[in-house]
Formats: sequence, C-alpha cells, structure tokens
Amino acid sequence: MNRGKNGLIVSFLALPLALYTLFVLLPYFSAMIFAFTRWSGLSANIRFNGANNFIKLYADEKFWNALSHNGIALVVLPPVIIALGLFFAFLFTQGISLSRFFRIAFFFPQVMSVVVVAVLWSFIYHPTIGLLNGFLGAIGLTQFASFPWLGDRGTVFGAVLAMVVWQSVGFYMVLFVAGMQGIPNDYYEAAEIDGASSWVKFWNVTVPLLWDTIRTAIVFLAIGAMDLFAQVTVMTNGTGGPSRAADVVPTYLYSTAFSQGQFGYATAMGLVLLILVFILSVVSLRFTAREAFEY
Amino acid sequence: MATVSTQPTAHSAVAHGPRPLAIVGKALIYLILGAWAILVIFPMVWAIMTSFKTDQEIFFSPWALPAKPIFDNFVRAWTTARIGEYFINTLIIVLPSLFLTLLLSSMAAYVLARFEFRGRNLITYLFLIGMIFPLFLALVPLYFVTQKLGLLDTYPGLILVYVAFSLSFTIFFLINFFKTLPKELGEAALIDGASQYDIFFRVYLPLARPGLITMGIFNFLGQWNQYILPNTLMITNDDKSTHYVLSQGLYYLQAKQFYGSDWSGLFAAVTIVMIPTLVVYLIFNDRIEKGMTAGAVKG
Repeated sequence: MNRGKNGLIVSFLALPLALYTLFVLLPYFSAMIFAFTRWSGLSANIRFNGANNFIKLYADEKFWNALSHNGIALVVLPPVIIALGLFFAFLFTQGISLSRFFRIAFFFPQVMSVVVVAVLWSFIYHPTIGLLNGFLGAIGLTQFASFPWLGDRGTVFGAVLAMVVWQSVGFYMVLFVAGMQGIPNDYYEAAEIDGASSWVKFWNVTVPLLWDTIRTAIVFLAIGAMDLFAQVTVMTNGTGGPSRAADVVPTYLYSTAFSQGQFGYATAMGLVLLILVFILSVVSLRFTAREAFEY
Repeated sequence: MATVSTQPTAHSAVAHGPRPLAIVGKALIYLILGAWAILVIFPMVWAIMTSFKTDQEIFFSPWALPAKPIFDNFVRAWTTARIGEYFINTLIIVLPSLFLTLLLSSMAAYVLARFEFRGRNLITYLFLIGMIFPLFLALVPLYFVTQKLGLLDTYPGLILVYVAFSLSFTIFFLINFFKTLPKELGEAALIDGASQYDIFFRVYLPLARPGLITMGIFNFLGQWNQYILPNTLMITNDDKSTHYVLSQGLYYLQAKQFYGSDWSGLFAAVTIVMIPTLVVYLIFNDRIEKGMTAGAVKG
C-alpha cells in the first residue's frame, strides 16, 4: 500500500538528523566527556582528571555564589510572575472593554529580545538620567538621587529580577486567559447558584481547572530561573555585577570557558546545570501533581 | 455581582445594570490594569522620546520633551554605530535559517507522524534531548565543533546551528499537527498514481499551513532575538567588517557607553531595534500570541 515509503523515510530524515547529530547531539555527548577532563582548549591532549572538576566546583565559592543567585531567582520568579499573571488574567476576564489594548500592551515586552529589554532597563536604572531615579525624585524620595541600582551589590540582582517580572507577566497572563476562556460557563453558573463570590469562584473553579496550565508555567519559569544569562550579562556589562553580586551559573560558566579558557571545568558546571534542571522539572511536576479535572 | 465571563468582551456591567458597588469594582479593575499598562508602555515611550534629544538635553533635562527633534541620532546609530550592518547580518542569517527550519522540520515530522518503521521511537526520543537539555551544557563543545568544521564566525555556520537547535521543538509541534490530518487523503493520492514526494509537497504540506505559520512566528522571534549562540559563535567586529547580529551589536554599543560617549545614539539604536518589532507585533499580534504561547507547552 505504501509504495515508495522507504525511500521517502530515508531521504526526509537524512538531512535533519545529520544536522541535529552534528550540532546538538555531538556537543551534548562530548560535554559528558569534557566535564571529566582538564582542558584549556589549546593543547591537543585532553587529560582526564576523573571527578576533580566536581570536587573543585564543590569548593569554588564563586560557583556557590552564582548558584545562590539562581536559587533566589527560583524562589522569587515563579510565585511572583504566576500570582501577577493570574491576578491580571482574573481582572481581564471580568468583562472589560479595551481588552484588546490591554492584551497587546501587556504581552509586548515578551516579543522583544532580552538584550533590547536589558538595555532599555539599564537606561531606566541609570543613576542620573534614569527613569527610576527621576520618578523617585519626583515623588519626593530624594535620598535616591543618583543611586546606582546596577552598581550597588545590594540592589543589582533585585533590579535584574524586577526586569524579568516586567517582561514575563504579560505572557503568562495571556496563557492563563486562554485557559480561563476554555472553562465552560456552566461551572461558574453552578457556583453562582450556590452563592459563591467572585473570589470563591476564582479559587474553587478557575484555579483547579487551570491547574495544568499553571504547572506548565511553574516548570517553565523554574527552568528559566536557572538561565538569566543575557539579562545579567547586559545589565552588569559582562562582570556579574559589583563583587559578582548578580552572577548566575551560566554567566560564570561562560566566563570560565571563554575568558579563562578552562573548558573542562566550565563544562562540568554545564553538567551540574543539566542535573539541576532535571531535578527541578521532576520535583515541580511531582509536587504539583493532582488528580486531573475533566471538562 | 459581576460574573466571571468566559468571553472577555461580551457581558458585564450592561447585563447586570450599574450598581454602585459594581461601578467601584470596575473602576478598580481599570485602575490596576491601566497602571500595569503604563508601567509597560511608559519606559518605551520615554526611550523613543529620548532618542530625539541631544546629549545635553538627556543629561540636563531628562524629563522634558526634545526642544527640536534630532533625526541625526538615527543616522549616526544606523551608520556610525553600525546598527544598519547588524540589521542586515541578522536578516542574512535568520531568513535562510527560518526557511530551512520549517522545511527540514516538516519533512522529519511528516515521516515520524505518518509511517511505522524501525528506529522511529529511537529517533523521536533523540529529538527530545534538544528540547530538555540546557543550551549551556552544549556551548563549549559546540564552539569547537563549528571551529573544526571551519564554520566558526561564518554566516552558514550560525545558520546551520540555528536550524539544528530549532528542530526539536518544531518537529514535536508539527508531529502533533500532521497526526490531525486525515490519512485517507494520502492513500487516495497514492491510488491515483502520485509519488510519496507529491503526496507530501502537494497534499500534506499545504494542509499544514496553519501549523507552519505558528512555528514560523515562533522560530522567527526566537532566532531574531537569539543572543547566546551568536555571542559564542560570531566573533569578527572590527573597523573593516562585522559579523555581529543585532542583539550582539546592541550590547556592544551599550558596553561602550561605560567609556562615555554617545547616549543619544544609543537611545536611537534601541528605538531602531524596537520599532520594527512593535510594528510587526501590532499587525500580527493575534498570531504572534498564539505562536509564542504554543512554546509554553515546551516545559
């Protein structure tokens, strides 16, 4: 029945598989080996050094410093972004006019590249010409005049996280709105007959029926919290911030590899990152598992 | 009491009559949503406004409107600051890579969705790796692979890398899409004497258009905005020539500011990069939102 099937299968898969093997599988596979070597890129001989890279990582304060910032992002970003996204989605579905305007405005930052957003926010945080200090001065908080938000170790990472929230909230709002619009009206009508308030309906109807979307958002944001490379690079001018106060694992990995030439050591960090992302995905899926609601 | 309506525009106050409490509630909703909208829009408007000012105005009256709009900032950003070259580099890379991403992904997805053959599951699982492994693990080896192949710091090199890293998600999306198309169409065409290639290019590929558009938008934005890969693989940026793409170029310009120079030019550069995205988004916002939220299923 399927004449010519085999020729088609081979010819259609050959090129995609070849490209994918060369530029994706081969690098990931070699990374598993590089991570156990000492290699500075230039010398032809790569020397295996067993678990030494990982032992060194364990004692590397800069690595723990970077990891702690990813940890903070992991604790802060998913709850804040999901709470704001759900809140706006809830308001948005209360039958408002101008909904198209709000939707477009809220979503737009997500369309822009992280680099453009980070440069824009560097303007906002600029000590003298920046929007933030201008605004704070205008409402009378003059103690912030020329405060360097990105130049102070106490505020630099918070400033990065605020930007991430600003950029992502609209995206999750749109995602949640799409989910909410798929919930049949009957559920709300039934709840109304029982005399439920908007608030009760939100917690007892909307959130349970939206749970799969919320889970996806949690996993997505958790994995995103392990990255933040472009945001931190642009906003700290590639330094990781004053006293590395905004350094994250990907920026530390990148400078270890491409500035210091410690390729084996950097790849070991990559492997740790892979393991963390795996654990995070499994844990957040397990942790959020509930019985599925069919509708 | 206002209902939680599933259609955002339909019912609401009109259906329930303007009760005082409802009016206060509505006002509060508009106030909150409006505040966030301003928080999003205002910085961009401010950046655009600032790009028309002189450096003196930026420093001494950062809040005032430009006394006289300076268009020279844009000329300088485009030529002296090389935004024009970065723009063209990005186009040269993203257009072919987008075309190849869609073509190769739809070929692979079609075969994986429609035929039973040995190794199908293995190949499907292999494509999963590109979706769940962090890019940073591959970064160092990827640099050396492209170097070995003589593709480091070249346009074809970055194009092929973009395609390779876009395949996984696009293939999985399109597999699901091809599975929704009826098998009978292909079988009927086969009886009519069409070859397998005809069936793909004449029957199924045209039917897959909505899926291809969604993936086209998703990948266009992803590749246009990509920073980590070009940052690692594109190196040349000297007086004679530059291989930088827009995101690299913009960061380079901003990093140069630390040695003090052309603020108005930098604001103009950001505006130049922002405006086309804004225009495209305003025209295609519906499709773009659908295309991008399709990516959220990725988690």
